[in-house]
Amino acid sequence: MNVILSFIQAHLELTYVVILSIFLGVEVISRVPSVLHTPLMSGANAIHGVVIIGAIIVMGQAEADNYLALILGFLAVILGTLNVVGGFVVTDRMLEMFKSKKTK
Amino acid sequence: MLSLIYLTGSVTFIVGLKMLSNPATARRGNAVAAAGMTLAILGTIFLYEHNGRHLRNYGWITAGLLIGGVIGFLSAKRVKMTAMPEMVSLFNGMGGACAALISVVEFNHMIRAFSGGVEIDHLQLLIVFAGLIIGAVSFAGSVIAWGKLNGNIKDITFGGQHIFNISLLAVMLILSVYVIAAQPPFTGILFALILLLSLVYGVFFVLPIGGADMPVVISLLNSFTGVAAACGGFLYNNPVMLTGGILVGSAGSILTILMCKAMNRSLKNVLIGSFGGTHGGG
Repeated sequence: MNVILSFIQAHLELTYVVILSIFLGVEVISRVPSVLHTPLMSGANAIHGVVIIGAIIVMGQAEADNYLALILGFLAVILGTLNVVGGFVVTDRMLEMFKSKKTK
Repeated sequence: MLSLIYLTGSVTFIVGLKMLSNPATARRGNAVAAAGMTLAILGTIFLYEHNGRHLRNYGWITAGLLIGGVIGFLSAKRVKMTAMPEMVSLFNGMGGACAALISVVEFNHMIRAFSGGVEIDHLQLLIVFAGLIIGAVSFAGSVIAWGKLNGNIKDITFGGQHIFNISLLAVMLILSVYVIAAQPPFTGILFALILLLSLVYGVFFVLPIGGADMPVVISLLNSFTGVAAACGGFLYNNPVMLTGGILVGSAGSILTILMCKAMNRSLKNVLIGSFGGTHGGG
């Protein structure tokens, strides 16, 4: 119990951010029409690509002699970028198709 | 300055998601989120400091960004319209793998620091494990979902699969608790074992689920990856990773439920329904 309390105390802001974000995420998309489910999923997929920032930090902090960190970090940066770039581009194409269907 | 950039990034994610849930603004919403992401990435590269030190290895970072960016852009541009859901699944898996790799490297750092006499922060270790397990499950599951959607992998069920999965999960969790609580000399091996088990679990989690239910599963794995990304946010005290990850985690869960409702199914039905009935499992 003490451990949890001290953790919350040490990360008070982050804890608030987590809780508010949970509610926000629910609120923001709770009235999405079902045609938009797949594009929204794809968009959300691109957004969790923020994990790339962690990959960049890992890569940037790796010591020059720590090959494991260098190689894995490099791989993480590539995969993360794939997630971000691919995610946004695919979402855009989906929505593009969506629009052209509508105007027909 | 960097906090301001991160704040902007978080706001664009929220606004972007909001706009994505409305047909009229969806495309602009995607662009808004993409712009925020670009800003956050550039800000991290040029402004991030830890204990007064800037990042190193710029060559590697740039090369990684270029390789990933070009491959991601080209494959996303070339994919056929009908193959898009499987592409999303694959990209989602990449994100999960990225989160798991971050955990591996951070664990490696902690062990190095530990052998140098630095105490291990148990809660930080917990977050590392959470990122590792969720990321690896999401990666393996997404790859299977991708294979299923393009028809390379068939539904596979066997007797007692449900029990097998649950016991696998239990073993993983017990091992993690053990490694986090104690600090045995075999930590590295156990860590690798947990990673392996997580991958296996991800495979078996998705294997029995029918092809028609794949979008729901992808959406679920999508929210998993969001949570894994948020673990990274805790690890680096990074607000944009945290908000982005949690936002996707919660929005993804709700979206999963909405998708189930649209198909007149319940989530429970999708996830364990395949064990009863025609396949004769369980």
